[in-house]
Amino acid sequence: MSKSNVVLLDHWVSPYAMRVRIALWEKGVDFESKQQDLSNKSELLLRSNPIYKKAPVLLHDDKPLCESLIIVGYIDEVWPSPPLLPSSSYERATARFWADFIDKKFAEAATKLWRSARSTEELEAAKKEFFETLKQLEEFLGEKDYFGGENFGLVDLALIPFWSWFSAYEKFGGFKIESPKLYAWMQRCMERESVAKALPAQEKVLEFVCTLRKILGFDQ
Amino acid sequence: MAVEREEGVKLIGLWLSPFVLRVKLALNIKGVEYENHEELNTWDKSELLLKSNPVYKKIPVLIHKGHPICESMIIVQYIDEVWSSERRQILPIDHFERSEARFWAYYIDDKLFPSLKDHVSATTQEAKEKGAMEAAAALQPLEKFLEQSSKGKPFFGGDDIGLVDIALGSFLAWIKALEKLDGFKILRDDNLPKLATWAEHFCSHDAVKELVPDNDKMVQVVEFFRLKFSTA
Repeated sequence: MSKSNVVLLDHWVSPYAMRVRIALWEKGVDFESKQQDLSNKSELLLRSNPIYKKAPVLLHDDKPLCESLIIVGYIDEVWPSPPLLPSSSYERATARFWADFIDKKFAEAATKLWRSARSTEELEAAKKEFFETLKQLEEFLGEKDYFGGENFGLVDLALIPFWSWFSAYEKFGGFKIESPKLYAWMQRCMERESVAKALPAQEKVLEFVCTLRKILGFDQ
Repeated sequence: MAVEREEGVKLIGLWLSPFVLRVKLALNIKGVEYENHEELNTWDKSELLLKSNPVYKKIPVLIHKGHPICESMIIVQYIDEVWSSERRQILPIDHFERSEARFWAYYIDDKLFPSLKDHVSATTQEAKEKGAMEAAAALQPLEKFLEQSSKGKPFFGGDDIGLVDIALGSFLAWIKALEKLDGFKILRDDNLPKLATWAEHFCSHDAVKELVPDNDKMVQVVEFFRLKFSTA
């Protein structure tokens, strides 16, 4: 498949874009990554994602796909090997449920830690929410190697990009995440080439978040 | 429609919930018979619900062969996958069209639903009118998508209802109740003509018409929720 068939409107620090990069590399799909300047959005981005105007967007033969989990679902269907979703319908529904949970609950709570909690009370509430969602994810992981069971799958892919943001969560949340189980899982994921390539270093993400917070009026 | 008894299909739901309606529509399309369990008191949830959906404690939950499946659109896709051969498909076959359908179902929950919630919570005339306008604005992109997706046929799914029809159609009872209660039309012929026509087709579809809640009952429901939100 020629490189230009698959184009990713990308952003290096976005966990959502990381998901798509991981999926494409897991499948061995060649693609062109076009870094987007989200403060000055390109014509291509605005045309490809007129509703949300956000990255990531996958362009496959110029047809745009938006929303990271939907894009990953598409990639899994078009390039079925190796599969990211289990074969049983019930397990697939379970995987989709937890991937959706990561977006609805975990990502929201994590974002509040550095982006919207302005008072001590708000920060405490955000921390509580964050740890509650982590606990629920830990419980679902259980004794498994991966959220997907024996194999790396959708839920692992949905969550692991946020690992690159952990330094930022810890710094602005004012805590240290103590979870041997989650750390073991993260290390396991980071051993995968696709994940190691897709995730930026935590220090770089932290630097980015510090800058962004200043722009947003924090830490003056 | 041929209906066969399926072992172990139970739906935990509530007649007025659009999310539950989505699941009922999917089961009806597939001709799957199920045991219906109504959660009549959202402030005193049943043991069954709490056990089946410990994460969100919300309806709908589909229980199939003892396994609980949660989140309406995930349940609908599950139903489409499990009861697939020889039965009507809810999602398109083409990969790109499937992703498009999923995107618009996501958009409906992400943008339309909050605007309808706001409209329900509105107590002043001004807020109600604003609510209706915002709901109409949220529907505008769907008007455009309908034209593209239907290819001149009555539904988002083409000749027959599909994922987006189900995702959006499940809100029609609430939209109509708000229109009747507040007197502000949301699906107007001048701003959303295709959707207005689509709504008529949807509500008269065989798999739908017996399931859509009665308008007068829904008006009472909206009034109840409006009171609840305003005194909260």
